[in-house]
Amino acid sequence: MIDLHGFGALLLAGTMVTLQLALAALALGLILGLLGATAKLSELAPVRLLGNGYSTLVRGLPEFLVVLTFYFGATDALMGVASWFGYDEYIEVSAFAAGTTALGFIFGAYASELFRGAIIAIPPGQAEAARALGMTRRQTFSRITLPQVWRIALPGLGNLFMILMKDTALVSVVGLEELMRVTAFAVGRSKEPFTFYLTAAVIYLILTSIASYGLRRLEKRASLGVRELSA
Amino acid sequence: MSWDTFINMLPLLAEGALLTVELLLLSAMAGLILAVPLALARVSRTWWISIGPRTYIFFFRGTPLLVQLFLVYYGLGQFEAVRESFVWPVLREAYWCAAITFSLHTSAYISEILRGAIQAVPGGEIEAARAIGMRPHQVYARIILPRAFRMALPAYGNEIILMLKASALASTITLLDLTGMAKTISAKNYMPVETFITAGAFYLIITYALTHLIRFLEKHLHPDRKEPVVIVG
Repeated sequence: MIDLHGFGALLLAGTMVTLQLALAALALGLILGLLGATAKLSELAPVRLLGNGYSTLVRGLPEFLVVLTFYFGATDALMGVASWFGYDEYIEVSAFAAGTTALGFIFGAYASELFRGAIIAIPPGQAEAARALGMTRRQTFSRITLPQVWRIALPGLGNLFMILMKDTALVSVVGLEELMRVTAFAVGRSKEPFTFYLTAAVIYLILTSIASYGLRRLEKRASLGVRELSA
Repeated sequence: MSWDTFINMLPLLAEGALLTVELLLLSAMAGLILAVPLALARVSRTWWISIGPRTYIFFFRGTPLLVQLFLVYYGLGQFEAVRESFVWPVLREAYWCAAITFSLHTSAYISEILRGAIQAVPGGEIEAARAIGMRPHQVYARIILPRAFRMALPAYGNEIILMLKASALASTITLLDLTGMAKTISAKNYMPVETFITAGAFYLIITYALTHLIRFLEKHLHPDRKEPVVIVG
């Protein structure tokens, strides 16, 4: 067994922050993704342009650069707004808030493509039938379209979530005390970089394995009503 | 941002972009070379041959690149044996640590792409090759691998673009790649957002150029999909 020099509890605390960050960014990303997909399928050209521009731009940029830009940009933006109100002290945005926003923003850009694909994959006759039955647009979306979008987009969303979990490590660079950051702290104290980074790697492996198991279960559950055809 | 500040950062960012592209090309090529034997061993039906690549792929795909990079750059120095061996002059350099980690990382993804392509080669073609009397290694060299490479090309292109974006992490181990350069510049001009956005534009240009290069290669490698030449007699 490897000796963690009493840093085990610290690593566990860092893991919890990593999990919180991943889940918070997931929630934000899902909302942004749905909004992005709706914008892409809008009848208004400027709204479509906005939706397409969002995903094309963000998907072409390194995640690390987006995290850095959000971290420094949020501070600048907040201080700019505050100075309008006559407040000129230095404001620092919490690394957690900046990290969640940045990772959610990235997740949303990819998810909007998945959601768009899933929405157009549903036969239009279904929505027409729902409308003919007298459902409102919102009812049609929440009762007919959304449950099926969930099933179709789930495998892709699962992949994105795995990527998101690994991207949380990037937020350590702007000072959030998540798994990577506490590991670096333990490395500084113990002078055993290999031991601790390998431990962190194993923790990430456990997290991604649990997530992939959970996703398989979710996929099964979401496709209960779908016949599985085997060749 | 004043015009001068903008103009002043361009040559520095271009220098950073050069290092980014250099690291990218190096790891894309080394990754491909490593991925071929990995994929071949991965598709093996003998479990003790496929278990090695399986574990390798599981590790490199399941952990953040940042952890892998720190394991190589900071981690290996923990061992006296490494510090005193002949590889230390190489492993001491941030540049080589980044190149090695990126290559290992991307090779795990490329080998999964190749595996998919190898398994997608139609069975009939393999049977036909055997029926003509080709030996197993000939079937691989003449039929399976050339077919698999062509099928894998679009996904390999995607992987190169993902690697371009992942290479921004080189800046965390002191390298002055595009992102590292942007960090250094912003520490001097106090305009991080403007500088990072300009660096982002450089990344988008590189992505655009790579996409076109890959599309050109795809066309070149698929002569069967070219426009037919009409011969007028």
